[in-house]
Amino acid sequence: MPLLEIKNLSVHFGTPERPVVAVEKLDLAIDAGEVVGIVGESGSGKSVTSLALMGLIDAPGRVSADACSFDGRDLLAMKKRERRKLLGRDIAMIFQDPVTSLNPCFTVGDHLTETLAVHEGGSRKALRARALELLRQVEIPDPERRLAAYPHQLSGGMSQRVMIALAIACNPRLLIADEPTTALDVTVQAQVLELLLRLQRERGMALMLITHDLGVIAETAHRVMVMYAGQVMETGTADDLFTHPQHPYTEALLSALPENNVGRERLQTIPGMVPGAFDRPAGCLLAPRCQYAQARCQSERPALRGNPPCQVRCHFPLHADGIKE
Amino acid sequence: MIAFLLRRLGVLIPTFIGITLLVFALIRLIPGDPVEAMSGERGMEASRHAELLKEFGLDRPLPVQYADYVYKAVKGDLGRSIVTQEPVMREFLDRFPATFELALCAIIFAVVIGIPAGILAAFKRNSVIDYGVMSVSLAGYSMPIFWWALLLILFFSVQLGWTPVSGRIAIEYDPQVVTGMMLVDTLLEGDFEAFRSALSHLILPTIALGTIPLATLARMTRSAMLEVLGEDYVRAARARGLSPLRVVGRHALRNALIPVITVIGLQVGTLLAGAILTETIFSWPGIGKWMVEAIHRRDYPVVQGGILMTATIVILVNLIVDVCYGIVNPRIRH
Amino acid sequence: MTNSSDNTAVADPGTLSPLNPLNPITPPSPLAELWRDFRRNRGALLGLALVLVFVFLAVFANWVAPYSPIEQYREAILVPPAWAEGGRMQFLLGTDPVGRDMLSRLIYGTRLSLLIGLVSIGLSMSLGIVLGLTAAYRGGKTDIAIMRCMDVLMALPSLLLAVAVIAILGPGLINAMYAIAIVQLPSFVRLTRAAALGELSRDYVTASRIAGAGPLRLMFIAVLPNCLAPLIVQATLGFSTAILDAAALGFLGLGAQPPTPEWGTMLSSALEFIQSAWWVVSLPGIAILLAVLAFNLMGDGLRDALDPKLKR
Repeated sequence: MPLLEIKNLSVHFGTPERPVVAVEKLDLAIDAGEVVGIVGESGSGKSVTSLALMGLIDAPGRVSADACSFDGRDLLAMKKRERRKLLGRDIAMIFQDPVTSLNPCFTVGDHLTETLAVHEGGSRKALRARALELLRQVEIPDPERRLAAYPHQLSGGMSQRVMIALAIACNPRLLIADEPTTALDVTVQAQVLELLLRLQRERGMALMLITHDLGVIAETAHRVMVMYAGQVMETGTADDLFTHPQHPYTEALLSALPENNVGRERLQTIPGMVPGAFDRPAGCLLAPRCQYAQARCQSERPALRGNPPCQVRCHFPLHADGIKE
Repeated sequence: MIAFLLRRLGVLIPTFIGITLLVFALIRLIPGDPVEAMSGERGMEASRHAELLKEFGLDRPLPVQYADYVYKAVKGDLGRSIVTQEPVMREFLDRFPATFELALCAIIFAVVIGIPAGILAAFKRNSVIDYGVMSVSLAGYSMPIFWWALLLILFFSVQLGWTPVSGRIAIEYDPQVVTGMMLVDTLLEGDFEAFRSALSHLILPTIALGTIPLATLARMTRSAMLEVLGEDYVRAARARGLSPLRVVGRHALRNALIPVITVIGLQVGTLLAGAILTETIFSWPGIGKWMVEAIHRRDYPVVQGGILMTATIVILVNLIVDVCYGIVNPRIRH
Repeated sequence: MTNSSDNTAVADPGTLSPLNPLNPITPPSPLAELWRDFRRNRGALLGLALVLVFVFLAVFANWVAPYSPIEQYREAILVPPAWAEGGRMQFLLGTDPVGRDMLSRLIYGTRLSLLIGLVSIGLSMSLGIVLGLTAAYRGGKTDIAIMRCMDVLMALPSLLLAVAVIAILGPGLINAMYAIAIVQLPSFVRLTRAAALGELSRDYVTASRIAGAGPLRLMFIAVLPNCLAPLIVQATLGFSTAILDAAALGFLGLGAQPPTPEWGTMLSSALEFIQSAWWVVSLPGIAILLAVLAFNLMGDGLRDALDPKLKR
C-alpha cells in the first residue's frame, strides 16, 4: 500500500455557476521513501495540488476527491483537528519563498520550539536543545546565535534551511517541497537541493518535489509527473520519461532545457501560454500550442491511458511502442 | 533602535520649534492691536498704551520677544491669564488630570472593544458579523460626537435616569486632590461611594469621546488582520499543523498590531481635540472646556499656553508610540 | 489575464469552447472600469445616491424649501413635526424656538455644509497640490522646509488647530472655511508629494524630461494626472471631515453665527430645549450624520475601486 494515495482529485475556484478549474481528476500515489517529481509551467496546478493535500485551500476554493489517504487513513473523512495533527508531524511542507514564509515577529528559535511544542511537547530546555540539533542538521553555521535571529537577519538560503529544519522537526514521512530553490540564488540552489536529498535518504522520507525545472527532477526523482493546465499529461519513471518522452509537451519541455540547446542560435521555446480560466480548449488542452496537433486533438479531449507508472494523455503518443492499449 | 529614536527626535525637535513659532505668532497675527487684545481694554489712552506695550514686552524687537517667550516657556512660565490673573501653567496643571482621566478611559474603552471587534470581523470575513461590525463602525466614524453626546444624555440621564448629566462627581463628595484623577483620588481615600459617583459621571463622556477612536480602531484592525492573514507565513504556520486560534491569535495578531499601535497613538490627538466638544457638553472641567472659554473671553495667554501644551503632549505621545513600535517590530529593534 | 494575447496561440478558433471570445476585447475605458468596480459596492452606491440628494437639495434650496429659513412665524413656536401629537401639516418637521420652519432651515443648511466642504477642500487641495509638487520636484531644502511646516500642522489635533485658527481670525463662517482648509492641508501635501515622488522615478517622466518638458509642464501635465486617484479619494473623505468640523465649530459658537441655518449652529442654539422639543436637537444631528456618512461611504467605495492592490 502506498504511503499517499490520491484518486480523482479536483480543485475548483470561482463561483459554482462559473467554476475555474485548477486541478482536474488527478491521481497520484507515493510510496514510503520515494522521490516523486511534479513538473509543469506556472499555473499548471502543481502548487494547488499540494495545498489541497495539506487542506490549505480556503473558500471559495473547493476540493473533491474519490480518495485521499495517508498511511491508510482517509484525510478527507478526518476531523479537522486530527488532520491538523498530521500536518507538520507526518506531512510537512516547504514553500517557494522562504523569506516571507517565516513570521517577521518571531525568532528562528520561536518558530522551531513552537512547532516542536505543539506536536511533541517537552520542557523549554529540551525544546531548545532539539531546535539547536535541527539547525545543525540543516548545516546552519553558528546555530546558537541563529536561534535568536529574526527572519530579516537571514539570507534567502539560510531562511530556506530554517524552513527545512521546521519541516523535518517532527520526522515527517512525507515532505512536500514546493519549488524549494526557485527564489534562491543560483549558487545556493544546488546546496539546498543537496541538503534536501541527503535528509530524504538519511530519514527515508517520501519527497514530493514540485518544480518547473526539469533539470532538478532528472537528477533526483524516481518517478515524474508532468502537469499542464490542471491535468496530468504524462507519468513515468524518471529514466523512461527523460529518454523516451511520450507526450509532445514533455518533449517540448525537454527541448527547452538550455543544456539540450548547446550550439543552437536560439533557445527552443513553447509558443503561446497556458490556457486561462475561461478559455480552456474543448479538445486536448495542449492542442493550440502543440506542433503535432491534428483535427481530433481540437475536438476530443484525450484520456490518460496506459498502466502506472507509465501513463500518457495524448491521442498520438510519440513513442507509442511503450504504451499498451 | 537608538539610531531610530535619534532619527525620530531629529524630526520632533524642529516640529516643536515650529509650534513655539506658531504659538508666538498667534498673538501677533490677530488683526487689531495686541495690546488691546491682551489687556482686554478698548480705546485706551496713548500713555496707557505705551505702558502696557512695555509691560507685555512688546516694545522689544521680535527675535528678542521670541527668545524670551521660549526661554520662559521651557522654564514652565506661560504667562498669566488676563481674566483670572493666575499663571497659565497652574491653570493648565489644575485641569489636565481631568482631561487625562477622561482620555485614558476613552482610549481603554476604544481598545477593549474596537480591537476584538476588528479581529472578529476579519476572522469572519463577509459574514453577518463582519457586515455588522463594519456598518456600526462606519456610523461611529461619521458621528458628530457633540450630537451623539446629547443623545446619550437624553437617553441614559434624562429618560432612564441612570447617569448624572454633567460634572465629575456628586457635590457631597470632595476627595482630597492627590493625582487630580477622581477615580484614583477617591480610591486613595477608600471612599467607595465617592468612587462610584465618579465612575458614573465618567461613563457617558467616555463613550462619547471613545466612539470615533473605537470605530477607527475596529476598521484598522480588520484591514490589518486581513492583510496579514493573506501572508505566506500564515499559510506556512497552518501547514505546520498549528490550530486556527494559534495562527490568528499569535502569528497574525502580533503582526497586525504593529500598524494598529500607530493608529492608537494618532488617536490621542483626536481624543484631545474631541475633548474640546465632550468637555463642553458634559461640563467636564478639563483643558478643552478651559480653552474654548478662553477663546470666547479673548484670554490669549491661555489660548497660547493651551495650544503649546496640547501640541507638546501630542509630540511626546508620538515619541512613545515610536518606541512601542520599535519594541514590537523586530525589524526596527535590531 | 488578457484574452487577446491567448488567442494568438489558437490554431483553429472554430472548435473552441463557447466561453472563449473570438474577437479580442478592447479593454474598457478607465472611467467605465471605475464605475464597474464602484457599482459592485452597495454601500458606495448608497453613499453616492445620498450625496446626489444632498447636492440636489443644496442647488435647488430656493425652490425645494417651503419657507424662508429665517422667517419667523410667531404663532407657531416649537410646533412638533407633522406626525407627532400637536404637529401641523404646514410645518412637516416642526418649527424651532422662534417659529422658523425646521425643514426649510435644514435644506438651506445643506447648501451651507456643501459650500463649506467645497470651498475648504478646494482651497486646501489646490494649495496642497502646489506645495506637494514643489516639494517633490525641488527636493532638498525646499522639500524639508515644506514638510516640516506640515509636521507642525499635523502635531496639533485637527479640531484644536481649527480652534487656534479661529482664535486668530475670529469666529465666523468664512473663517471656519479657512480654518478647515488649513487643517486639511497637510494630508493633501503629503499625499501629492508621495505620489509625485513615486511617479518621478518612472521612465515616462524621464522620457518627458529628455524631450525638453519644463518643470511646470512636467509636474502638471505629466505627473499630476497620475497622482489624482489618491487625491480624489482624500478629497471625498476630507469633504466629510470638513462638514463634521464645520458643524463642531458652529456648535462651539466659533463657526457660522445665528441666525445662519448651519446645522451645528442650529443644534447649539436649541440646546436648552433638548428635553422639551426633541426635534430641534435631533434633526440637525441626523442631517450631519447622514451627510458625513454619505461622503464616507462614497470615499470608501472610490478608494476600493481605485486601489489596484485590492482589485481581484
